[in-house]
Amino acid sequence: MTTRIVELRQGILKKNDELARGLRERFTSSGVLVLNLVSSPGTGKTAFLERTLRLLRERGSRVAALVGDLETDNDARRLAASGAPVRQINTHGICHLEAEMVGKHLEGWDGVDLGQLDYLFIENVGNLVCPSSYDLGERIRVALLSVTEGEDKPLKYPTLFNSADAAVITKMDIAEAVGFEREAAVRNIRAIRPNIRIFETSAKSGSGMEDWLAYLAEEQATRRS
Amino acid sequence: MLSEAGPALMHELSIISSVVESVIDSLEKFPGARVVEVRLKVGALAAVVEDSLQFCYGIATEDTPLAGSRLVVNVLPVRVHCTACGADSEIESLQNFRCSLCGEPASDIRQGREMEIDAIEIEEAEESVKP
Repeated sequence: MTTRIVELRQGILKKNDELARGLRERFTSSGVLVLNLVSSPGTGKTAFLERTLRLLRERGSRVAALVGDLETDNDARRLAASGAPVRQINTHGICHLEAEMVGKHLEGWDGVDLGQLDYLFIENVGNLVCPSSYDLGERIRVALLSVTEGEDKPLKYPTLFNSADAAVITKMDIAEAVGFEREAAVRNIRAIRPNIRIFETSAKSGSGMEDWLAYLAEEQATRRS
Repeated sequence: MLSEAGPALMHELSIISSVVESVIDSLEKFPGARVVEVRLKVGALAAVVEDSLQFCYGIATEDTPLAGSRLVVNVLPVRVHCTACGADSEIESLQNFRCSLCGEPASDIRQGREMEIDAIEIEEAEESVKP
């Protein structure tokens, strides 16, 4: 018996990373801006996304969404009310979306042609840990935090907030009622990710949505140039 | 509690499953070899917990050529590059992304997101040592 050391030096998630790279190239050449929405369960990703899809459609943008959940297609049905094409990804127990699932659900999607889209939103499974490790080929990762979750959540989940390109605070309409400390939340997000863009929104009242849409338009324009 | 621990453990299990799969692939060149040790390099920002990795490793390696092997996890601290003073430094806390020399906020991560299989130690079967 002889023992030997074999150097591998390869990424643990190499397979996912390679698939994500392929997706990113595809998205870039199609000219579609892809966003990956990540938060805890109950933050209000679906309500926020529904409002976003509705507003973008009203302004003539071509949008679609993939929505990940462990089980059920409740969220897909909610989002479809916006009139945008929506497809559900059921992960059946897996706590995050992977590039392979995204790739598979882009195939045979009736009425959706990436080349004809301005925006594709991917709503991840509600979880603040695992989605941070899995690249989906998105251009922008959005971390969402609701006013009911506690201002220190970014400090508890630094990996996710550090990997985000933009942060959205949701349910601002009830901020006062729940004693939300806006400054502390902003300070904590920026402690983890200095200079990140932060949007304070309410899907219910629509407040803050204009800033968010302006950001999307800006990013989409950079994408095309 | 389950909602916190459940998905988290699930996370380590899926990561360890990828490790086992990759190691088995790399054994193709060494027929009959048995794995003694697997060495991982994991950044402090990778959101994996070593204890959970170890726990899942035992389960995921059962009935594979990795059964009974050791898992060594080398955790790499987070290092940032400071655009203000130009220095690279290790951050003092995961709750505060600042240059530890000048104190300016720093978001340019130079180390700490790694998730790599560094190397494996194997025991080769005698008959497989052929040109």
